[in-house]
Amino acid sequence: MSVNVYIPTPFRHLVGNRTSVKANGATVSAVLSDLDAQFPGFRAQVVDATGQRARHINIYVNQVEIENLQGEETELKSGDELAVIPALAGGASTALTPEMVERYSRHLIMPQVGSSGQRKIIESSVLIIGAGGLGSPVALYLALAGVGKIGIVDFDFVDRSNLQRQILHQTADIGKPKVISARETLQAHNPNINVVTHEAPITSDNAFEFISQYDMVVNGADNFATRYLVNDACYLLKKPLIDGSILMFDGQATTYLPGKGCYRCLYPAPPPPGMVPSCAEAGVLGAMCSTIGSIQATEVLKLILDIGEPLVNRLLLYDALSLEFRIVKVRRDPECPLCGDNPTIHELIDYEQFCGAPIPHAVTA
Amino acid sequence: MTSIFTPTIQVRVTAVLQKLTGGQKTIEASGATVASLLEDVESRYPGFKAQLYSDDGKLHRFVNVYLNDEDIRYTGGVETAVKQGDVLDILPALAGGAC
Repeated sequence: MSVNVYIPTPFRHLVGNRTSVKANGATVSAVLSDLDAQFPGFRAQVVDATGQRARHINIYVNQVEIENLQGEETELKSGDELAVIPALAGGASTALTPEMVERYSRHLIMPQVGSSGQRKIIESSVLIIGAGGLGSPVALYLALAGVGKIGIVDFDFVDRSNLQRQILHQTADIGKPKVISARETLQAHNPNINVVTHEAPITSDNAFEFISQYDMVVNGADNFATRYLVNDACYLLKKPLIDGSILMFDGQATTYLPGKGCYRCLYPAPPPPGMVPSCAEAGVLGAMCSTIGSIQATEVLKLILDIGEPLVNRLLLYDALSLEFRIVKVRRDPECPLCGDNPTIHELIDYEQFCGAPIPHAVTA
Repeated sequence: MTSIFTPTIQVRVTAVLQKLTGGQKTIEASGATVASLLEDVESRYPGFKAQLYSDDGKLHRFVNVYLNDEDIRYTGGVETAVKQGDVLDILPALAGGAC
């Protein structure tokens, strides 16, 4: 079984400075052994001291990361394309494959992105809370942009009433876990990326574990308890939070950078249950999801690339009926119990009690 | 104070609150302060204030009121003075996203 192996710049000195080499093996593991036999020292580049594949090395088979296949036991057939890609480490940076150069050409051509910016995008990781109305367009655009690791938290299953607006899911997905449907859609759009599924409600028990694995977080939650939980966890872990919300014909979006104000500064307390209706109760125009979600995805990419002015200390208001965008000021509140001058919240609390309403655990309308 | 000296300003509400204003996004109201403007709205749209104020007589903490894009919490609260041509926005928190 002969396959082509793409060799990125940092490893080319091992293979006589070639861009790609031939190797034999029925599985990824066998091909790696063959490469080491042909080019002594190759294996040492991809394994750590325990003999396991180093965590900064990704291996792709026909542009799909093998963690999304069967790992090193992934079976190969003649003519398959392998790529062994190291993440940015010690100044060496991710090489763009020819496929990536073509795929991301409209990014690469812009001086504000370029190949170094595109590599930043590829090396970044973003956690998305909710694979629903907002999470769908956010995840899709980040996947298309090449964000290397996209995590999705959702415990729900695809319901027919989701399909009016949740563009990650299709009719055939009804009944599937949303995170699975989301991963399939994202990987069909861009097989280069790694999609990590967290099929659970986010709670005070798992929020730190989930969020700490990512560079930043996008909020597409559908309830206040989760919004306060994610806000507090992001602040305590010093992670940027890109917030968005929608209802009927209104949308809001803002970006919280740790130390520059938070959701509690904007809304110190949640409404009593029933005071502000949910989308299930009041409705939402489906097309609005992408307006706000696309703004959230744009904010993520700007933060990754460190370009432009983020939507910090500003709350964007979108009124779809009058088609007006407005921005109002948001300040860090010195009295904020989380990020103020004398904070009283130093760890995650019981958000269901705080909001007087449960974090939904069941299928919702 | 006669009405000629009382500023008339535009009050804008989100879609959720429009059920209380006969479906109108923008209504005109008169008053010298934010509080008196809201009283004026209440006199024509009974039940409006109950959506904004909690039982202790203060604005709900999940409702933000902006006068010319500035949060009134930082300008004197409901006693903030208004002038002709100002624009008041009333924005309750929205939770929707995944739903």
